[in-house]
Amino acid sequence: MSQPPHGSRGEVGLFVTCLVDLMRPSIGFAALKLIEAAGYTPVVPDTQTCCGQPGHNAGDARSARALAQKLIAEFEGFPCVVAPSGSCAGMIRTHYPHLFDDDDAWRIRAEALAAKTFELTQFLADVAGVTEVPGDFVGAVTYHDSCAGLRELGVKRQPRALLDRMPGVEQRPLNECEECCGFGGLFSVKYPDISGAIAQRKCDNIRASGAGTVALGDLGCMMNIEGRLRRIGDEGTQVIHIAELLAGRLDPD
Amino acid sequence: MEIRSMHFVSRVRQRLDDTELQRNLQRTRGRNAAARLASLSSLDDFDAVRARATDIRASVLRDLDVWLERFEAEATRRGATVLWARDGDEACRLVIDIARRHDVKTVVKAKSMVSEEAGLNAALEAAGIRPVETDLGEYILQINDNEPPSHIIMPVIHKSKEQVSELFARVHGTAAKTDIVELTREAREKLRPEFLGAEMGISGGNFLIAETGSVAIVTNEGNGRMCTTMPRVHVALTGIEKVIPTLDDLATLLRILPRSATGQAISNYVSLLTGPKHEGDADGPEHMYFVLVDGGRADLIGGDFEPMLRCIRCGACMNHCPVYQTIGGHSYGWVYPGPMGSVLTPLYQGLEKAKDLPQAATLCNQCGVVCPVSIPLPDLMRKLREKQVDAGLRPWSERLSMRLWAWVAQRPALYARGVRLAVRYLRWLADGRDRIQAMGVAPGWTAERDFPAPAAQSFRDRYAARRRAGR
Repeated sequence: MSQPPHGSRGEVGLFVTCLVDLMRPSIGFAALKLIEAAGYTPVVPDTQTCCGQPGHNAGDARSARALAQKLIAEFEGFPCVVAPSGSCAGMIRTHYPHLFDDDDAWRIRAEALAAKTFELTQFLADVAGVTEVPGDFVGAVTYHDSCAGLRELGVKRQPRALLDRMPGVEQRPLNECEECCGFGGLFSVKYPDISGAIAQRKCDNIRASGAGTVALGDLGCMMNIEGRLRRIGDEGTQVIHIAELLAGRLDPD
Repeated sequence: MEIRSMHFVSRVRQRLDDTELQRNLQRTRGRNAAARLASLSSLDDFDAVRARATDIRASVLRDLDVWLERFEAEATRRGATVLWARDGDEACRLVIDIARRHDVKTVVKAKSMVSEEAGLNAALEAAGIRPVETDLGEYILQINDNEPPSHIIMPVIHKSKEQVSELFARVHGTAAKTDIVELTREAREKLRPEFLGAEMGISGGNFLIAETGSVAIVTNEGNGRMCTTMPRVHVALTGIEKVIPTLDDLATLLRILPRSATGQAISNYVSLLTGPKHEGDADGPEHMYFVLVDGGRADLIGGDFEPMLRCIRCGACMNHCPVYQTIGGHSYGWVYPGPMGSVLTPLYQGLEKAKDLPQAATLCNQCGVVCPVSIPLPDLMRKLREKQVDAGLRPWSERLSMRLWAWVAQRPALYARGVRLAVRYLRWLADGRDRIQAMGVAPGWTAERDFPAPAAQSFRDRYAARRRAGR
């Protein structure tokens, strides 16, 4: 099936995520390119900041609610909302409604947004039904399933199905691919030695896959895994966000 | 048992540095998870059984008092005595009273985590009564200077057979053996006379069945059956939350408990004990007692943490926990390790005594997914984190930084400036390289891994520039 003409399928709100904004903007641009290639018009509300997950996980419910309300107001007008992160999309989809258990009006708005929010590969594979992928990567790739994407959203088959559309990619299995990488947000900073030991095991499995490249859907896990690989002297294993892998070369500024 | 969870961080460090322990943890890692997964294939519809099991446990908790009264009435009608203990200390006193009443010198014990909560062995010894653990794992720990268990169903999972061999040779004064069958035989030779000589047996209880007043015990070694039938007196010691309404409910829960625990379709033994020996019975105790312990359970009814009381103690959460499998059960510092312990310990022992436990989790939710009674363990850990914040138990710097983050993130213009500043700061730290190797603001990160240098311009700035350029 050929791709529909640009923009013909309506608008999609892109929640870039605070980490991508700050650390790795190319993931955001890759997501833009993929959404456009699927025939949608991506829109990036310029007031967006953070989904509130740090507060939610740190026991600061008030902060989490305040940022959730802000994000709901910014994105509820879109027919569909996409984030290049299983953990941020999972926050909106599975946790937002519970933040407002005692507030019917906000809970209804949170539920409405939750129902139309998707992780990027979930959106591309399940909603857009993408059959062509612009990326032209050539090589062996293994895939790490990030916890929130996998267990909160059921993202498992989608990234692999999309990689299957890339003729140059040879997918290799990853032992313990569903195990946490040890990131856990602030856990990585509060309990560095536990986090580091778990990350080490993930790195050992990645290196044993023989793939040379590991793809994943969350920048948090990516920074954790890449950071650990580099710290132990592995300069060769490439860690790449699934959006960048699928999108291929991006336009220079 | 005395709580040591306040020393979590140093206990973890010791265990990460313990190469022998790490080797043992590596060897068993994933084994139970794989066995569980394989055993689920023999269930027609795991999700349906899990939903039914969840419903049984959740509904009994809604009317816990009613079911406990029913249990007491039925057990009493069948000749057993039901005693209630507000906490572990009272449970110890009741058990000691029973022992004295029946002139008991030696007690054989089947596995009971509630007895660990209560510190029963120490209390018995202090009262001049000799407790003998008869579960192989618990026996190994007892002869190793009363070491605590590191797992709720596999108490010595942290030890290798070589360590056990050395221990047996030292304590039993026998030649060292390395064959597991021989080691087990040696333990059996030591334990057999104890079963025959003990005046009292103490068991735990996996379930209390209200309609028949019975206790169900799920074991693999047969020691539970000896402890509950051979001595003159049997005391079943367990928590008040273990009651279920009917034998039908037991059948459902038995389909899911051994599978979740060890990957067995059914355990080697399931004992259903109802009252003392009746006229015409070939065996059984002359006296049967139940000591049912609250120990903080009743306080959870009706609150945010009630779902935790559904727990059937299968251990699946710890078998799937990346943290537990990295640091081992002793790091947690009290009776219950892993995710279920990280929720129960602060609830039973006090938030302030176990501040690290709800925090030391990645919230990966493997535990929540495998829990046979659908306890949302990560959500409960988040709720405990909220309680810590409300109680002022988190460092002020953390609370302040969360508030500040949220305050700035609600003000997009200010936030955009903050992002620009952060990019400049991080790139200054990276000093032209693609990574940062030491970072004062989050030393924990760079202690274990590099931190990447951010791109020169944030997404929002580049995107805005593109839009201005008409692209």
